[in-house]
Amino acid sequence: MTAKLVLENLKHKPMRSLLSILLIGVPVTLILCLVGLSHGFLEDSQRRTRGIGADVVVRPKGTSYLTLSGAPIPQQMVGLLAGHPHVKLAMGVVNYPVQGVTLGATGVDLKQFDQMSGGFTYLHGGPFQGPDDVIIDQFYADEQHAHVGDRISLLNKPWRVCGIIEGGKLAHIVFPLGVLQEKTSSTGNVSQIYLKLDDPANTAAVVQGLKNLLPDYPIFSIAEFTSLINVNNIPALKEFIIVIMAIGVIIGFAVVCLSMYMAVLQRTREIGILKSLGASQFFILRIILTEAVILGIGGTILGIAMSFGAWWLIRTVEPASIPMVIVPSWWPIAGVVTLIGSAFGALYPGISAARHDTIEALAYE
Amino acid sequence: MNSGPIIETRDLRKTYRVGKVDVPALRGVDLTVKPGQFLAIVGPSGSGKSTLFHIIGGLTPPTSGEVRVAGQDLAAMTEAGRTRLRKRTVAFVFQKFNLLPNLTARDNIAIARHIGGFDSKPEESFEEVLRLLGIANRLDHKPSELSGGEQQRVAIARAIVNHPAILLADEPTGNLDSESSKAVLEILRGLNERLGQTILMITHNPEAAAYGHYIVHMRDGKIIERPS
Repeated sequence: MTAKLVLENLKHKPMRSLLSILLIGVPVTLILCLVGLSHGFLEDSQRRTRGIGADVVVRPKGTSYLTLSGAPIPQQMVGLLAGHPHVKLAMGVVNYPVQGVTLGATGVDLKQFDQMSGGFTYLHGGPFQGPDDVIIDQFYADEQHAHVGDRISLLNKPWRVCGIIEGGKLAHIVFPLGVLQEKTSSTGNVSQIYLKLDDPANTAAVVQGLKNLLPDYPIFSIAEFTSLINVNNIPALKEFIIVIMAIGVIIGFAVVCLSMYMAVLQRTREIGILKSLGASQFFILRIILTEAVILGIGGTILGIAMSFGAWWLIRTVEPASIPMVIVPSWWPIAGVVTLIGSAFGALYPGISAARHDTIEALAYE
Repeated sequence: MNSGPIIETRDLRKTYRVGKVDVPALRGVDLTVKPGQFLAIVGPSGSGKSTLFHIIGGLTPPTSGEVRVAGQDLAAMTEAGRTRLRKRTVAFVFQKFNLLPNLTARDNIAIARHIGGFDSKPEESFEEVLRLLGIANRLDHKPSELSGGEQQRVAIARAIVNHPAILLADEPTGNLDSESSKAVLEILRGLNERLGQTILMITHNPEAAAYGHYIVHMRDGKIIERPS
């Protein structure tokens, strides 16, 4: 009976109910989009790293697993590492940010890359034909509406799209190694070196051997390197998500508090009627809290639905630059955060309603 | 009607604080009502009728004096105790009907059952009461779809669905036309005669007051005339 009363109350003012649900849903969408973007970037990075087919990565001195600064490793080291025991193939690449931190290009020796990874899967076109050629993946091609043969502007210069590849390997944008080295003033240097071993079972031994040989260089197995690419290891990202969640709680709290306060004012007389029938303060409080929780659940569901809308929009407009994913494991977290905000938001109006003087409430017009 | 009183007040006083001024609403009311009586209380506005009702109905505590309802001392009762009293012992019928506008007539009755701690669906025997009230076929309508007379009859059904010892009717015909007023008064008299329902009714209308067994007159917070 309580649920029926609450539902009838919600139906009685549908615009208020829908607006409340919408406003509660916005921070849910905000949280889910932020988490989706974080996971999307990291998963995309992990997938492309695994797609290289290497077993070990050698990073420049003084860099973490997330940052790269130019191409400081002498290219001669590629040959040196190629001669290391159990190393079947060594490949140096140059990484260069094209669009801030969200989109990077990689310079690579295609022949070596083909040997290491099995090569790109070309959806259209093929490998480099000349020094002005660029290979892009399908996401970047969709984002730029580019086709094979089109010219796109990158690094302050027009490039001919020679091939469009399936995404998930190395980078969204691929240049010939020498060309990118020259263009970024890093001729003779590489950003990092990938190693393919004769047997992956030798990975730990090779990593240890290389650490002894090159103590100043961060050296990781690819499994370890990709496992380090997670939310907890991105500086301040976790704290940023917590701040956004706190904002979500505050918005949910404020929306529900305002909405329920108005509802309590509008229903003063009805609260008086219920109390005249013998409804306890707890009964009145329970009605208000139940209504807030239903609004919170509605807001959560709408927020999840709107995150799908944001996901679709981002995939349509910026599929390469912003690789957002849907993270269902965060739905209950966003839901709990919202419900906590909603329940706390309803407390003051609920307690206020429960404490209404019955006679005054019955006289309320 | 030979048993002890169901309502008994002795030197009942109530003073409201309005700003910095004390306003006495009841100035020593002595009243005794036996089970099964239908008592009409008449008096001008400000005479203290409603305050007396509110105290007997457990909506507000007295300032001083004694008040016993169905054997319970209301003067010593907490807010929670008075809430329990309203669940099953006393029930109200108001001038403005006071039905919950979002619920149907059936649900208005059901919520009273629910709050009273009973199963929401009334007993089968209550169907007969609904037929007597003439609202059996109007139960699925919301208050806005019912006439004033029908709303008041739903309010009466809601009031008696938990079999309260006392029914307090505050100007029950105040918002009704003469035909509906007569119908509601006949219903109240019928409930009193057929079910032995104790009823206290506030009214300005002498014709309505005449439906009671006794008429008590109030003025300036006191009973000035009572049945001998």
